[in-house]
Amino acid sequence: MKKAEVVAIVALLALLVAPLAMDRYLLSVFVLVFWAAYAGQAWNVMMGFAGLLSLGHSLYVGLGAYAAAALFVHFGISPLLGLFPAMALCMIAGVVVGWLGFRFRIEGVYFALLTIAFAEVARIGFDHLTWTGAAGGFFLPVSRETAGQWWNLRGGPLFFYYLSLGMALAALGICWALRRSRLGHQWLATREDAEAARAIGINVTRARIVAVLISAAMTSLAGVFYAFYYNNLFAAQIFDMSRSIDIVLAPIVGGIGTLFGPIIGALILIPLGELLTEATRALGINAPGVKAIFYGLGLMVIIALAPGGVWPAIARRLGIGEGRR
Amino acid sequence: MSLLRLDGVSKRFRGLVAVDNVSLTVEAGTVFAIIGPNGAGKTTLFSLIAGALSLDTGAIAFDGARINGLRPDQICMRGLARTFQIVRPFPALSVHENVAIGVMARESNVALAFARAEESLRAFDLWDKREQRASALTLPDRKRLEMARALATRPKMLLLDETMAGLRPPEVDRVVETLRALNRDTGLTIVMIEHVMRAVTSLADRVHVLNHGATIAEGPPKQVMRDPKVIASYLGAEALG
Repeated sequence: MKKAEVVAIVALLALLVAPLAMDRYLLSVFVLVFWAAYAGQAWNVMMGFAGLLSLGHSLYVGLGAYAAAALFVHFGISPLLGLFPAMALCMIAGVVVGWLGFRFRIEGVYFALLTIAFAEVARIGFDHLTWTGAAGGFFLPVSRETAGQWWNLRGGPLFFYYLSLGMALAALGICWALRRSRLGHQWLATREDAEAARAIGINVTRARIVAVLISAAMTSLAGVFYAFYYNNLFAAQIFDMSRSIDIVLAPIVGGIGTLFGPIIGALILIPLGELLTEATRALGINAPGVKAIFYGLGLMVIIALAPGGVWPAIARRLGIGEGRR
Repeated sequence: MSLLRLDGVSKRFRGLVAVDNVSLTVEAGTVFAIIGPNGAGKTTLFSLIAGALSLDTGAIAFDGARINGLRPDQICMRGLARTFQIVRPFPALSVHENVAIGVMARESNVALAFARAEESLRAFDLWDKREQRASALTLPDRKRLEMARALATRPKMLLLDETMAGLRPPEVDRVVETLRALNRDTGLTIVMIEHVMRAVTSLADRVHVLNHGATIAEGPPKQVMRDPKVIASYLGAEALG
């Protein structure tokens, strides 16, 4: 345990001072890493802890992003306040998806299909909603006067670096606490065998709904961040299936159901993607899809080498906890 | 005082009558065995009592209140815990976690739940294996884990579904001793489905015999074992086999 604590403290200090030696590009890469770690952590609450496969988490990213952005653009409401209605909206959406799934006993991959369907409905809906720009995109105003207004999530790369780092750490802390809680244990029981869980007094439906609520609320903040970081929203992008897949990749590669899996996965996948982009550019290859092919090959190699996730494999080597999930 | 009471309980699966108008009463503090040939409806009856299946007709009362219609988790919280014939441990979790999650049915403090799991783990000889994953256990150990986890929910009544099957005779004797001690020392009421006759005869106060879903005999073990109908439909068949 001691060794793990030392590693964690050193890593944390390194992340805190690292921006001193980083250029804008590198900062932006790390923002992506932290964002992926955060969203992966949120998804992991549902899949890793409660065993609920969601392939439609872009729903919560998109809803959170559009809600906070619309409140800001139309009513001038700070995202620090707007994040609450954004969260509430995503939790309502989560309850609707979850309730439909659990009421009609839609489980496993069929539940995943349901989550995809909802994300698709939202994508099409927002593509036609003129109040938020419809298919033409929804843009947040960027001006010199508002540049330093941190309470409106306006700031430079450093600001977003530390904000996303803080979010990733907070998500880690929340998941750590959840994993150790009674609810966390009941989730694991539900994930392992729902019928056996019921037999020892666990209200499985309630446990699952709570997992969806927490996951949706956490993911909505990833959406709020997204809106104010990029300052433009396109329904076709933010609700896209590929975004849901990106969210699930980091925890899968890192280790489903582990606390550090989403972080390790994000640390591997985002730089891998960036490296491939740079490499294809440097080699002068501009055939479409080349990057995706190599990214896919990279994924296959990683998953073949560490089928249970990279983090459990590392943890076993180092002899620190979480060797088992 | 009766702890469990079934009145005219029936369950049909399409054409097949799995449980046919069964009535029985289990007195508090006793050991009650349900026997019968394979396919007699014993496990279905357990699933009806535990709320995993809904009844077609009849009523089930536990501890003075009607429980049919309640969810399995609600029935567990009323003090009725069951094991599964085909064991269902939480495979990726440790033995200790499996049992501690059972304790958490009534203990919201996680650290205390892990501490209190020790009692159930020791009762079923699993303390030394507590760090192992449940999936790494042998079948007899999984059967014991199944019982330890159910016991951890602090039930008034334990429904044991063939927990002796697959155990070697000394292991059967060990489990019989454990159950006898639980019944004697804590007043735990036990209802067991069992094929291992030495366990039934040494533990049960009363035996209920099912065949084709219906009751064919009930009484003290010695009397039931001599019943010609029981010998013909069950014991005889087994002796011949």
